[in-house]
Amino acid sequence: MRRLKNDLILIIAFVAAVFVVFSVFLITRKDGDTVKVKINGVTTAEYKLNQDFTTVIDSYNNGKNTLVIENGRVYIKDADCPDKICENHRPISKSGETIVCLPNRLIIIIERSKGENNPDIVV
Amino acid sequence: MIMKKSTKRLTFLGIFSSLALILSYIEFLIPPIYSAVPGIKLGLPNIIIIFALYKFSYKEAAVISLVRLIISALLFGNAMTFIYSFSGAALSLVVMAILKKTDKFSKIAISITGAISHNLGQIIAAMLLLKTNEIFYYMIVLTFTGILAGIAIGLIANVVLKRFNWLEV
Repeated sequence: MRRLKNDLILIIAFVAAVFVVFSVFLITRKDGDTVKVKINGVTTAEYKLNQDFTTVIDSYNNGKNTLVIENGRVYIKDADCPDKICENHRPISKSGETIVCLPNRLIIIIERSKGENNPDIVV
Repeated sequence: MIMKKSTKRLTFLGIFSSLALILSYIEFLIPPIYSAVPGIKLGLPNIIIIFALYKFSYKEAAVISLVRLIISALLFGNAMTFIYSFSGAALSLVVMAILKKTDKFSKIAISITGAISHNLGQIIAAMLLLKTNEIFYYMIVLTFTGILAGIAIGLIANVVLKRFNWLEV
C-alpha cells in the first residue's frame, strides 16, 4: 500500500515536472522582429514585424498568398491554394513560429535578428 | 568457472537483444494509432529492458538497449531515426535505473516513467535538431499515451519476471 502511494506521488511529480519544463519553454520564447518569406526553400523577402504592411506573394507554381503584418503579428489573409490551412492559421509573432502553405511551397517564419543571448533590457 | 559464467552472461545478452529486436519489429508492423502526433507507441522492447534491469543490472540493460537500437536502425530506420530512438532510450534507461535503485517504486511506476521519459528524450532531440520549440506541444498527448503504454508494459514485465523467477543469471 505504501508502494502504491509512492508510485502515485512519483508519477504525478514526473508529469508535473514535464509540464513545468514545457511552460518554461513557452514563457521564455522571445518576440521576434523579422518576418522571413521562404518560397521553395529560398528566402525571397524579409519584412520588419513592427511596421504594418500588406503584400501579395507570388509563390511556387503561380500561387498567390496575401501576407498581412498588423500590430506586430503576421497572418495570411488570402491564399489560392485548395486547403486554406495557412489562411486559418492564427497570427504569429514569437521567434521560431511559422505559417506553412504546402501547395504553394511557402513558409513564413518569424526570426529574431538581435540574437538569442542578448538581453531585452539592461537594468 | 569465471569463463563459464561470462559465457552464460554473453548468451543471455544475445538472446535478450534479439528478443528486444523482434519486439521492435512487431512494433514497427503496428500501424500508427493517431498519425497527427508521431511517437505514440506501446514500447514493447521496454519489456525486455525492464526484465534485464531487474534480472541483471543497468549495465546489461544498456547493452541490450544499444544493440537493439543499432540493429533496428540498420534494418528499419536511418541515421535520423537512430538519433531519436537513441535519445529516447538513453533518457528512459537512466530514469528507470535511478528509480529502481531507490527501491521505493513498483515496476509499473518505473515502466510509466520510463515511457514518458522515452517520449521526452525524443522530443528534446527533435527540438534540438529542428530548432523549433513548437514540437513540445506533442508532449501533452505523448505524456498521457505514455502513461497508458507504461501501465500495459509494466503489467507484462511484471508477469514475465514472475514466470521467469526460476531463471538464474
